[in-house]
Amino acid sequence: MKTIEVPALARVEGEGGLYIGLKDGQAVEIRLDIYEPPRFFEGFLVNRFLQEVPDITARICGICPVAYQMSSVYALESALGVKVSPQVRALRRLMYCGEYIESHALHIYLLQAPDLLGQPSALDLAAIAPQVVKDALRLKKIGNEILKSIGGRSVHPVNACVGGWYRWPDIAPLKALLPDLEWGLEAAIDCVKWAVTLPFPDLKIDYEFVALHHPEEYGILEGEVWSSKGRKLSVADFEKGYLEEHVRHSNALHGHTMDGGNYLVGPLARLNLNHAQLLPLAQKALKDNKIKLPLTNPYKSLIARAVELVQAYEEAIMLVKTYQPDGPAHIELKLKAGEGAGATEAPRGLLYHRYQIDAQGRVQFARIVPPTAQNLPRIEEDLLALVPKIIAMPQEEATLTAEHLVRSYDPCISCATHFLKLRVEETGE
Amino acid sequence: MTLTPKLSSKPKVAVYKFSSCDGCQLALLNLEDELLDLAKAADIAYFLEATRTVKSGPYDLGLVEGSVTTPHEAERIKQVRAECKFLIALGTCATAGGIQALRNFTNADEYAKTVYPHPEYLEYLDKATPISEHVEVDLSIWGCPVNKYTVVEVIAALLQNRRPNFPPSPVCLECKRNGTICVLVAQGIPCLGPVVHGGCGALCPANGRGCYGCFGPSSAGNFNSIVSVLQPLERFPGEAALLLRNFSGYAPAFRKAADDSLKASARKEPK
Repeated sequence: MKTIEVPALARVEGEGGLYIGLKDGQAVEIRLDIYEPPRFFEGFLVNRFLQEVPDITARICGICPVAYQMSSVYALESALGVKVSPQVRALRRLMYCGEYIESHALHIYLLQAPDLLGQPSALDLAAIAPQVVKDALRLKKIGNEILKSIGGRSVHPVNACVGGWYRWPDIAPLKALLPDLEWGLEAAIDCVKWAVTLPFPDLKIDYEFVALHHPEEYGILEGEVWSSKGRKLSVADFEKGYLEEHVRHSNALHGHTMDGGNYLVGPLARLNLNHAQLLPLAQKALKDNKIKLPLTNPYKSLIARAVELVQAYEEAIMLVKTYQPDGPAHIELKLKAGEGAGATEAPRGLLYHRYQIDAQGRVQFARIVPPTAQNLPRIEEDLLALVPKIIAMPQEEATLTAEHLVRSYDPCISCATHFLKLRVEETGE
Repeated sequence: MTLTPKLSSKPKVAVYKFSSCDGCQLALLNLEDELLDLAKAADIAYFLEATRTVKSGPYDLGLVEGSVTTPHEAERIKQVRAECKFLIALGTCATAGGIQALRNFTNADEYAKTVYPHPEYLEYLDKATPISEHVEVDLSIWGCPVNKYTVVEVIAALLQNRRPNFPPSPVCLECKRNGTICVLVAQGIPCLGPVVHGGCGALCPANGRGCYGCFGPSSAGNFNSIVSVLQPLERFPGEAALLLRNFSGYAPAFRKAADDSLKASARKEPK
């Protein structure tokens, strides 16, 4: 194999490129080039009033705006020392269910499945398996409908604020979703059954998994930052365990643990660390399909997403049934200077925010650590592990297998900041 | 807005991404009920977020998401224009620079230092600009994100060789149609609804908050008037300018209004 060049990696969020340098059949350099333009969000936030923050950070990502809104509001609430009511929190969980549903259904069916079924896109897939694609679109749409019912629209919803919600969403449109949600739950259970039959490439990685852990629920909103290597940190101490560095080939920062290791965030990390907190039907899906944990094949994060799809539908049904707005939709905030950190689990993995605010509630400092920035060094390491397996393959197949690996991460390159281009070439003599 | 050209019966469509969040392209993928029909009516020839298949240009219709923020993008947009018969700016970033254009009000180098430990590794332009500052644009669809049904209407209109139904009326009118009580008049909540292009369905006032202008300036807006209405509602000097200088802040009408508002705030400050 001398040179493989693909103009840009498709079916990922954002733009990036992949460089694999080979010498004597060995990989000598692997680089995920992120040339999505730098986007300066932390800079834009300085001097903004705190209530503008969730609206601005939402614009970091069109696919997971809720994650950005939620990490923002928890960090700012921590800075102000306020805690929202259980009803406000339940609705935040429901909104997050909507985002998991739309984002995971999009990734499973439209972004990753075409690789496993030998198609360039879900639109091509529709020509040979129309019902799969129709069901996939319906699964995804229901997630967007939840977001719309709570936040007015699915991309950059407008209802979340520091302290809660601008207003309680109407009950009727949410309850009207129940028949669709019941259908979706069954479809998600079928999705897991289907997912385990897919022809995943073989790869086994010894990961350090990192995810939020909450003792009473599948960790999404709050909890401790747990690692499979035993490290347990409060969200406030996140930066004592994990840091980001700036490497030359990337407009995204790269995450590392304090002892210099790579780590993995996202669905595999969550499922492996938190499967005991899954709801009964999601547990049953694991058992019925004989899914052995921990899952250590990055391609199989699709299976983890499918299980989380069951979890999200199951929880959404519960939360819609019990939704009863009670008390004020938001806390009246008393502004004061302070600092606070917040972390929630975006569909792609742990998303950490920290802010300092002044006495008028204006941001003085902002720090955002997106999931894809944490995963980038890990993706590079995985590619290194993949090289011996693909080096003997025909060019097109090798390219696809490497691209597929990157896609299986569901990288949000815009978040981490962005152009994925795959280039494999021989270096040296 | 120019009149639409007649497109071929199954036009080749290209969707491009510049500096953006993907949210406007997602509006296309979120057309769950229409996507498969759309793929039948149009040949989706270049759309990296959706497919690996890349058919070469020229294209009948190009949709551009995002603003121009790097030297590479400033070159690439010219190539995009050259290969597309009809070019649409999709969303507020492409139309007015969007959130990225906040850098235009300060020194981008300062932001680079704030965000990145090694700003010397980065390539970026001092200003984030709408694509219309670089090439001729045939039609602009506002929105952060765009309303997906507006996109369907525009594509349908192009296919049918008619003008899209795309009224420039402000958000205010949508509140009236929805029966939403005015948050500005009744509750004194700062709201840009009177001067902002409709199309979102007046979502923010419906949720009990003021419009923050993500659909850009309405050609029917009275900006002098909105500044004088917002000024007395400021909780701290410059608050109204923050509202004006946000997602659509680099649109000329908003730029001027924010400057006027800052001047008015400065006049109020105790000497």
